Amino acid sequence: MEQIIFYILAIVTLIATVLAISEKHPVHAILYLVTSLFAMAVIFYLFMAPLVAAFEVILYAGAIMVLFLFVIMMLDLGHPEKGLSPHWKEWLPSLLLAGISIASLTIVTVSRHASSIVSPVSLPIREVAKRLFQEHGLAVELISLQLLFALVGALYLGKQSSPSPPLRPPSASERRAGGEEK
Amino acid sequence: MTADPVDIALFAAKLGAVFFAVLTLAAYLVFAERRILAWIQDRKGPNRVGPFGLLQPLADVIKLLTKEDLVPAAADRWLFYLAPAMAAIPALLIFSVIPFGAPLTIAGHTLPLLIADLNVGLLFFLALSSIAVYGVAIGGWASNSKYSLLGGIRGLAQLISYELSMGLALVPVVMMSRSFSMTDIVTAQQSMPFIVYQPLAFIIFLISITAECRRIPFDLPEAEGELVAGFHTEYSGMRFGLFFVGEYINIIVLGGLAATFFLGGWHGPLLPPVIWFSIKTLAFAFLMIWLRGTLPRLRYDQLMHLGWKILTPLALFNILVTAWLLFLTS
Repeated sequence: MEQIIFYILAIVTLIATVLAISEKHPVHAILYLVTSLFAMAVIFYLFMAPLVAAFEVILYAGAIMVLFLFVIMMLDLGHPEKGLSPHWKEWLPSLLLAGISIASLTIVTVSRHASSIVSPVSLPIREVAKRLFQEHGLAVELISLQLLFALVGALYLGKQSSPSPPLRPPSASERRAGGEEK
Repeated sequence: MTADPVDIALFAAKLGAVFFAVLTLAAYLVFAERRILAWIQDRKGPNRVGPFGLLQPLADVIKLLTKEDLVPAAADRWLFYLAPAMAAIPALLIFSVIPFGAPLTIAGHTLPLLIADLNVGLLFFLALSSIAVYGVAIGGWASNSKYSLLGGIRGLAQLISYELSMGLALVPVVMMSRSFSMTDIVTAQQSMPFIVYQPLAFIIFLISITAECRRIPFDLPEAEGELVAGFHTEYSGMRFGLFFVGEYINIIVLGGLAATFFLGGWHGPLLPPVIWFSIKTLAFAFLMIWLRGTLPRLRYDQLMHLGWKILTPLALFNILVTAWLLFLTS
């Protein structure tokens, strides 16, 4: 029974992920990605990791993807131009990367096939928290700082590319906030 | 995993009863809201269908089901169909982790009065409430109308902002009960409900869930004075009905959660547990209706100011104080 559910979920995840990459319309792509994340979360739940499943939905499907959707709706990116298919030269780096990932994955799976079967153990939340914040506390803090660096960097790059006032019309919230104060 | 047929039958009965109770309650909440609002505004309200107008919800359902189902020509058809379901289903699913009564014993079989006792029940609620955002956003976007899009964007921004303070207000509850499981949270409040220790967290949670319900004074995504009906402007018939019923299911579910997290769940003297739970939930529903009859709508900048500059810092401060006190007492 659980195996059947797992295979259904795995197929849903795979198809949704492929569609998320190939879909030209950004809003549709985001919804496919959300579907994929959701199916992944249920797979985690099947593997006796309800905490990971919950965080997958709360953080990825519920927060990050919602922000993506918000930005896309706000900037009105909903009209993909036709004929955006990349030049063959642009395919090369991604093909190379894909080749490396697939090769390393194959090597790892083949070489550790016998020893990699571990029966899942359900860990209480307290144990997970102890491992994360006591044993690996420094690493967790470093990773969160890294996200902050990325944020600051993105802000810097975004600011730099548009020294003149932004060309887009003021957003709904700005217009409202400005209009009401007059 | 082989289960006793009696257990399966009991579970199915429980599932059916909960489904029926929540949906009926949602329908009658609409009626109650119209009557109470009428009472507040010194009118009569719907009183023609059946005794005291009690059959009004039935008439409303027949009306909604038989109305023409319009889809705007420029709408994104599939997403337009999907959005109302995405608004209503998460609200119903959240109810599955709320314990609504003490465990019953029927013919030697214990029957816990909640659908699914997850050990991450609280996180399950947070996950589903963050999924419910998509109903508003997709509904507003797929309609391909200016009013709907503005309503959808407003709804997105509002729900993201208040989800944060809602989640943070729940952290002290987890700290005090030392568990994410709803059953444990209710058990921890056996002697004293958490509202006594955490009045600030309760107020933050209450304001945040009012905003999550998108009710007055936080009904900016719908704002009928400026956006027609916001994200559901283009919807008609039962698709509109799903958004509408979803809102009332949400009120019941969030009322049940407020009762579970802060008011001691089903614990209470004298009366049976299920009755206590219903009283607490319906008191919250009444508060929602009362607020709607009393308060004006916030301005958008006031909404953001309240969420980000007042509620979220207060919730963080509350977590610090709670942690400090727990550290001192343990």
